[in-house]
Amino acid sequence: MAYLDHAATTPMLPAALDAYATAARAIGNPSSLHAAGRSARRMVEESRERIAAVIGARPSEVIFTGGGTEADNLATKGVFWARRDADPGRRRVVVSAVEHHAVLDAVGWLGRHEGAEVTYLPVDGTGRVDPAGFAELVRAHGDETAVVSVQWANNEVGTVQPIAELAALAAGAGIPFHTDAVQAVGQVPVDFAGSGVAALTLTGHKLGGPVGVGALVLGRDVACTPLLHGGGQERDVRSGTLDTPGVVAFAVAVETTVRAREQYAERVAALRDELVRRVLAAVPDAIHNGDAEHRLPGNAHFSFPGCEGDALLLLLDAKGIYCSTGSACSAGVAQPSHVLLAMGADDARARSSLRFSLGHDSTEADLDALLAALPGAVERARRAGAWKTPR
Amino acid sequence: MSGGVDSAVAAARAKDAGHDVTGVHLALARNPQTYRTGARGCCTLEDSRDARRAADVIGIPFYVWDMADEFHASVVDDFVDEYAAGRTPNPCLRCNEKIKFAAVLDRAVALGFDAVVTGHHARLGADGLLRRSVDLAKDQSYVLAVLTRAQLDRAVFPLGDSTKERVRAEAAERGLAVADKPDSHDICFIADGDTRGFLEGRLGSAPGDIVDGRTGARLGTHNGAYGYTIGQRKGLNLRVPAEDGRPRYVLSITPVTNTVTVGPREDLEVDTVTATRPIWHEASASVRCDVQLRAHGEVVPASVTVAAGELTARLETPARGVAAGQAIVAYRPDPGGDIVLGSATITAGTRESAHA
Repeated sequence: MAYLDHAATTPMLPAALDAYATAARAIGNPSSLHAAGRSARRMVEESRERIAAVIGARPSEVIFTGGGTEADNLATKGVFWARRDADPGRRRVVVSAVEHHAVLDAVGWLGRHEGAEVTYLPVDGTGRVDPAGFAELVRAHGDETAVVSVQWANNEVGTVQPIAELAALAAGAGIPFHTDAVQAVGQVPVDFAGSGVAALTLTGHKLGGPVGVGALVLGRDVACTPLLHGGGQERDVRSGTLDTPGVVAFAVAVETTVRAREQYAERVAALRDELVRRVLAAVPDAIHNGDAEHRLPGNAHFSFPGCEGDALLLLLDAKGIYCSTGSACSAGVAQPSHVLLAMGADDARARSSLRFSLGHDSTEADLDALLAALPGAVERARRAGAWKTPR
Repeated sequence: MSGGVDSAVAAARAKDAGHDVTGVHLALARNPQTYRTGARGCCTLEDSRDARRAADVIGIPFYVWDMADEFHASVVDDFVDEYAAGRTPNPCLRCNEKIKFAAVLDRAVALGFDAVVTGHHARLGADGLLRRSVDLAKDQSYVLAVLTRAQLDRAVFPLGDSTKERVRAEAAERGLAVADKPDSHDICFIADGDTRGFLEGRLGSAPGDIVDGRTGARLGTHNGAYGYTIGQRKGLNLRVPAEDGRPRYVLSITPVTNTVTVGPREDLEVDTVTATRPIWHEASASVRCDVQLRAHGEVVPASVTVAAGELTARLETPARGVAAGQAIVAYRPDPGGDIVLGSATITAGTRESAHA
């Protein structure tokens, strides 16, 4: 088996799993006032401090959520509502065209139901947003803009955005800037305060923590209307009993991966470069998508001309090689990737794409397994490509 | 794997037979409904989930293949075009011909698979002959008879020797949750079952005359000749009753003049059927056999001749309700299941002998 889908979810780190099991054996609701509750609260607050310390934030800025999607929804909808309520003239939402659906669909909903006017920032052929274009937008529409959201790094093609530059432009106009950094934390340097962003999403299962726990790092002065109402456990912005073992394991994973990031990135990027070299040698007409310089270390993304991505996926799956077409699914039906389309690819190229993503336990053996299967799979998928022709 | 009981059991039997089986659910609807309603419609997200869960229980990989564009081009548009041309299509037959044993099969073979397994109720054994299912009420050989030799050679129908009841019981024994899921009926892409409404939406309203086949007299009007089928009696809404007071039936549809011709029941009777695009498996081009002229229709003995891209059947007893566009399927009676000799698309039914 070769697991090459770490960007979808990556195995839990042993230390995080141990921390989870230990915390899960203890009893106590962090909001309870007795000793058991105080003990749980202490674990949550220590976790908050550990995350804040390595992410460049204050502990009070870390709001625990049920994962990345919730944090993205909270940041985009919550900040939009708060800003629009403060000034009804602020109805514009600006996002990049290559956002994850957790952002795209959230702001799409704001457009359909809340009167938001959504502006999509175009990207270049490598998937990068142009700061000059954004600067122009801020000059023309800054006053009416409620919130901006641009991901730190793309989940499909791994392109890293010029976040500090974009955030500074937004800050100059007093616009809260959110970034979805679920793919970036632990992979590239991420510093909340240093980057100048107002809000940042991270999640557990992309960096060796559990699924179902994440955080929105939200600047103390950024107004945000809650999505979930209830006990107001998290700064009155997010309600719901805190998942103590999840939060503890999440913090262990964040701390471990961020601290080990430099060596990790060096090792994994070298392995990734080797993967790219070998794939291009085996399939010479494959197209390596994304940005060579501004890129996540574990990401490799290709278009295989003449192949359907989902045919390749099926063939590789049958050989025990797990990768992704990187596209959104509804009932398992593959749509052409909006990311590739935004990068200027045509429908056929977008549908012919495959993402291989490496992680902390990836080895040379994974590459060997992939390369043993890939040429045959590409050949088969090419023959299967003709099925699309209507008859 | 449609998400129904038949394809789930077929997949399980194929796996038990030692094959390397992969489950495929076809997404055919452009806007799949979230939940199925009753026995109608298909390809909802819930059906997809049911198919996936069946594949989990059977222990096979599972994928959804998006064939919506192919399905619309080859089946739905064809369905509308056929009605517009005054014919009565069978979309299930067309789907087998163009999608399941063409688009799906071609892609599967290219990907390295050897055959397509379906949950159709028909027998296809080692002798390569396509036969009726043991469950005559569920037999689907009529909508499979369009398959060519090459298509049949890559088809597997594991259910043909079992009754539907037995298939359901087996699904329950295997722990498949779809064991008691209702059968699908009607046309899968017309979710509300209103074929006339569907056609009107696609073809628009086209008023024309309903005329008497014997006198030529105008008896009434219709909103679109496509809404009628040969042999239809209900829904004619004629103002003028027949002289003898007997019910009248649709005898023919003439798109060129947008006319629906009606007449008494005996005028529906035909004794000669001509058909085009024959698929013929039999060595002899002229045989005495049984023919079936519509899905679940009666069987009549006939002499069938295939020549020059045409099939002609002289029926030994007249048949009624023979509609152009339907298939004529020739069977040789056999104790091991009636054998499909071939099929063709009906172009006309005529009366050569005098009325009794």
